[in-house]
Amino acid sequence: MRACPTQAIRVRQGKAEILEDRCIDCGECARACPHKAIIPQTNSFTDFSRFKYTVALPSPVLYGHFRKDILPATILAGLRKIGFDDACDVACASEAVSIAIDGYLDSYRGPLPLVSPFCPTVVRLIQARYPNLIDLLIPIDSPMEIAAREVRHRKMEELGLRRDEIGVIYLTPCPAKIVAIKYPPRKAVSHIDGVIAIADIYYLLLSAIAEMKNGPYADVNPVGGSGLGWPVLGGQLSFLRPESSLPVGGLHDVERILHEIENGKLGDIQYVECHACPEGCCGGLLTVDNRYLSRSKILNLVARFGSTPCQDREKIRELYRDNYFSLPGEIPSRPFTLLDKDIPRAIEKRKRIQETFEELPQIDCGACGAPTCQSFAEDVVLQRAALEDCLALKARQAHTTASP
Amino acid sequence: MPEEPLFVQRFEIGGRDFRNAGKASTTAKAILKEIGIHPAVIRRAAIAAYEAEMNVVLYARKGIMEIRVSPKDIQIRLEDEGDGIADVELAMQEGYSTASDEIREMGFGAGLGLPNIKKNADSFHIHSVVGKGTTLEITVLL
Repeated sequence: MRACPTQAIRVRQGKAEILEDRCIDCGECARACPHKAIIPQTNSFTDFSRFKYTVALPSPVLYGHFRKDILPATILAGLRKIGFDDACDVACASEAVSIAIDGYLDSYRGPLPLVSPFCPTVVRLIQARYPNLIDLLIPIDSPMEIAAREVRHRKMEELGLRRDEIGVIYLTPCPAKIVAIKYPPRKAVSHIDGVIAIADIYYLLLSAIAEMKNGPYADVNPVGGSGLGWPVLGGQLSFLRPESSLPVGGLHDVERILHEIENGKLGDIQYVECHACPEGCCGGLLTVDNRYLSRSKILNLVARFGSTPCQDREKIRELYRDNYFSLPGEIPSRPFTLLDKDIPRAIEKRKRIQETFEELPQIDCGACGAPTCQSFAEDVVLQRAALEDCLALKARQAHTTASP
Repeated sequence: MPEEPLFVQRFEIGGRDFRNAGKASTTAKAILKEIGIHPAVIRRAAIAAYEAEMNVVLYARKGIMEIRVSPKDIQIRLEDEGDGIADVELAMQEGYSTASDEIREMGFGAGLGLPNIKKNADSFHIHSVVGKGTTLEITVLL
């Protein structure tokens, strides 16, 4: 309950409930739950029988999950072995998106800094708490969507299949991406048909790779380029514009930076790369490896293969100018709790919340089922809870009536 | 006529208290968001409150910030105990600052604080007594 950074959890009759409006899909609750009772919804293999042809698109985070001599090409081969008809690299699309962002920054003339739109939790946080910053989110599509769109078109041509006969399955490092695929914030339709957690497929894949002789696969279509660095904090743009980009990880620090931007600061920075997870996507909830181990392996891959570009920069720049990467549609603001649509009544309610809060013991004991006395006061005024639920207040009242 | 609803909260601000610097205006901003005031209005009020709070932290011994939210406007009043401002007109000019090198070193003292408050406020009054302190009255209309 206390692990939730947006105070979205209430405990009622011994069970945790999530206030949907306040949830930003960060997964902190699932990390903290001692009983592992909070499980994000993903798909399993059987869900994909309706497709004639399936393609796995692993988040490049997966590449940081194996021994150093097991290279991305082998991991993709392993995915084919466990049942996907094909498996395609996403890091190459990441490199293209980096070049597209670079192009966007070159032509952009509005207020700075701009904010990366690729962590869905950060986007949701901005929708809820920083609506002023929505226009700073770069309108460029994510590597997973670009890669999904490309692979589907390629397979439709190559195999003569219909759009709906091909299932593009993303292997995700975090629950927030699942929500972003199901409900894209700009109301566009996702190009991804299903999602599997890296953690759910890892063991199967590991066994398949162990059975494979590493040899021939590693040399076929080697995966390279700066996109390999995307899973690590700073991987999106630091290599292109190290002096004017600012990578920030962890919700607490992200909030502080967003707050500064809202106050009109940080105008000397062009691009703020924000991640809910402290080390970037390699620290996602649905990964297996420790985030630092994974980070170290990713950086190792970048050191070995990162400098071999997989994209032609000029060609990507041209595609960018043709709006190949752009994402139309607006992101709406989605405030957490609306006290009241009517401002005078909202002021009145906020005043009552303050008065209620001042009556409370302010020890944040949590016995009422709300994480803080402040959130409990809000619950009382919005009639989600009754003042009697506060045990400390009850005890104090009992005490005063017993001894006049 | 029924009384207009009014939300009032006071914050104490400590001079040179960098550990808590910015907290009052951050909390005030959060409250305005909870009430559901238009984001553009919040932005102006928050910037004005932040600059005013930082002035107390940087230049005064201590101060009080009071925020009053009514259906018409947001009023922010700051009263500090400090050296006061000798020439208010000069202080209102962009780029003018009496900040020490130390304060400039921290990235403040560019002489933009008071002009920035004025720019974001719908009405702004400043009253200062040398050797006693400064009072700011900021109003942002909803």
